[in-house]
Amino acid sequence: MFTYYLELALRSLRRNKVLTGLMVVAIALGIGACMTTLTVLHVLSGDPIPAKSARLFYPQLDPQDMDGYREGEEPPEQVTWIDGQNLLKARRAQRQALMTGGAVPVQPAQADVEPFFSDARYTTADFFPMFEVPFLYGQGWSGGDDDAKARVAVITRKLNDKLFGGKDSRGQIVRLKDTAFRVVGVLDDWRPNPHFYDLNMGNYSESEEVFLPLSTSRDLVLPRNGSTNCWGRGGGNDGDQVENATCVWMQFWVELASPADAAAYKTFLENYSREQKALGRFERPVNVRLRNVMQWLDQEKVVPSDVRLQSWLAIGFLIVCLVNTVGLMLAKFLRRAGELGVRRALGASKREIFKQLLIEAGVVGLAGGVCGLLLAFIGLWLVRQQPADYASLARLDLVMLGATFALAVGSSIAAGLLPAWRACQVAPALQLKSQ
Amino acid sequence: MEIQPILAALRKHRLATLLIALEIALACAVLCNACFLIANRLQAMQVRSGVDEAALATLQISGFENSQANDINARILAGLRAISGVQSASVLNSIPFGEHRGRVGIMTDAEGKHFGGVVELYMGGPGSLEALGLHVVAGRPLQADDYQPFEGVFPTSASVLMARELSDHLWPGADPLGKTFWVDKWSYRVVGIVDYLVTPYPSYAGRSAPGWSAFVPAQPGPMMAGSYLIKAAPADIGRVLRDAREMVAKVAPDAVLDQEGSQTISDLRNQFFQQDRIMAFMLVGVIVALLLVTALGIVGLASFWVQQRRKQIGIRRAIGATRGDILRYFQTENFLIVSGGIALGMVMAFALNLALMKFYELPHLPLYYLPVGAIALWALGQLAVLGPALRAAAVPPVVATRSG
Repeated sequence: MFTYYLELALRSLRRNKVLTGLMVVAIALGIGACMTTLTVLHVLSGDPIPAKSARLFYPQLDPQDMDGYREGEEPPEQVTWIDGQNLLKARRAQRQALMTGGAVPVQPAQADVEPFFSDARYTTADFFPMFEVPFLYGQGWSGGDDDAKARVAVITRKLNDKLFGGKDSRGQIVRLKDTAFRVVGVLDDWRPNPHFYDLNMGNYSESEEVFLPLSTSRDLVLPRNGSTNCWGRGGGNDGDQVENATCVWMQFWVELASPADAAAYKTFLENYSREQKALGRFERPVNVRLRNVMQWLDQEKVVPSDVRLQSWLAIGFLIVCLVNTVGLMLAKFLRRAGELGVRRALGASKREIFKQLLIEAGVVGLAGGVCGLLLAFIGLWLVRQQPADYASLARLDLVMLGATFALAVGSSIAAGLLPAWRACQVAPALQLKSQ
Repeated sequence: MEIQPILAALRKHRLATLLIALEIALACAVLCNACFLIANRLQAMQVRSGVDEAALATLQISGFENSQANDINARILAGLRAISGVQSASVLNSIPFGEHRGRVGIMTDAEGKHFGGVVELYMGGPGSLEALGLHVVAGRPLQADDYQPFEGVFPTSASVLMARELSDHLWPGADPLGKTFWVDKWSYRVVGIVDYLVTPYPSYAGRSAPGWSAFVPAQPGPMMAGSYLIKAAPADIGRVLRDAREMVAKVAPDAVLDQEGSQTISDLRNQFFQQDRIMAFMLVGVIVALLLVTALGIVGLASFWVQQRRKQIGIRRAIGATRGDILRYFQTENFLIVSGGIALGMVMAFALNLALMKFYELPHLPLYYLPVGAIALWALGQLAVLGPALRAAAVPPVVATRSG
């Protein structure tokens, strides 16, 4: 029966090319706009590290003084050097890494390559295993290197291609800001989206190209990037004494195996805050947070508001398109009242008529979906031409491809329900009489 | 024109009528709000800068030690001044629509109890103020000895010029001349007021406003190097900037030229508002597609009705109705349906605006958008129905005599 209805549907759609065309165009436009914006939203609100995002946590403390204190406010988004070091050395988590961003001048050995700046991340040894960073050659540095302020570096594949022609560069020397660093590892392609571990660099920025031990970076006073928030009399120094200043400027991440561990770590943070308050370093009441990756991204409202606005607009547009399709389908189905009357008189039940019409609606939806998919590809291509840092990420994946068809067919069948029901109410006798 | 028979006919097609009205209502709601969003973006893009944009460009370099700063400054400035067409070259740490290196929170008292807001301190060397083209509207212009050398991030004290928007905010109703503000422990005395000076980042959403800025005169030095302001005739500025970029490689081969940051101010402005422009274009696209779909829907349904009523039209024509009568019948019918849709649409437009206000920083939808949107939809409806209505008017009276 299904194939017969399908044939009937195609026949009826062919008979009325303009009306069919209008319906397909309406659905295609709605679906195209919707899928373009939803794909961007889907990509931007994705999980940067799906295997571990529930186990990685971002502790926040409130080390500020009482000036401007308001109860219930969020603690600062970063930690001070002192707190970072204390938490790092406490080793209460499975893994922990303290970090900040920077930029270093790279001075290539080749004479024909001009010196250039690379974004850098100054961090501690656990960074690589904790974030499951893939290595092409070698591995990260050890805790011993951190303690020894070793001149070692991990570089990305891209930088390795540029400096060493893509060869295994372990043991090679790279000159950064007039200092020789030994390459211990080369990363394979790695670009977590969003750039969750430090959102100050731009929410969807590319990963850094150079990774150095934090202790080394402070020893050499390498240039820092990112946000520094000071209070009290913390500001005003020229950056060299930032270790002792009352400023937050570092990101601290921990890996905790289970919810129980997370609860225990939160208690530890509260105790730590109380202890610091007793020591006189902290002034405010205990105010700690421990969010995992997705909670943290949610809190920081990483997805640009423009993208959300566009999605809402596109959904509104799709609704208008669907209402339009409902109207057109109603016109189409009612026009065939005579034909339907004959079928009813020949014994088809209301149910069968209803099924037949819904299949016709589904065919329209499928055609609209295919055209809509083409439009979505064009739309995403346009999005990629934008200068935004997330532009290059806007690509359709399998999930969204499936979703496009589900949405197209689903919405056009939904649009067909009302007209189909209305057409089933046709009294067969009346139709036959008027013929 | 009798409305009664039209209403009676519409009552027979309640569902279809309702659908068209609903579509018009949705279109009205989205149309009004999308237009309002576009207007907002365009307005944001029109922000005044207060500087001589067309004649200015900036050169950004980095990658040198603090100890080399004076040498680099001297070499780059000399290099810039040697380029033909350059009217002025100076050091300026923050650039309108470009780098912002002086965004600070300021206090209006020495104890740091009264927060004044987040402002931009443009720190400039001799010549930069004149190059920017700022107009001093009160107080005195800066003199040569106002430009003092300093060691920290900012001068510890200075005589500064303040933009009027900021002085009005800090000391409303009072004379700002001679007043002092503090950044941490450093203090700055206002000696003059400039007409307007935009911050480098006018969309910054914190406790700030686009015109909250001040000009701090200082002698270039270790903490004030690598950011230059170039002035040339608007026709020359593109070539001058190209020459300047090439010059850097010659006079300071070890320094790193910031390719993206070294632009004309007009280009920086363009880039700054790129996202808003794209969004505005996208909204225009949505509006066009929306109107198109709505119009097609009306055409489709009206055509159906015309076909369905061919016989009745024929009878009306046969008993004396003119072509004009038939044409006007369908036009009036469309007008009535669209009016119903608009009435509902205005309520929805308002509701949508309230929802948007909740999630985005948007003002109330000005009421005049509603009648304008209504007129647009009425016109759209009439235009869409014209084709089917003309076809209806062309139905010959003889149809009445045929059966089927």
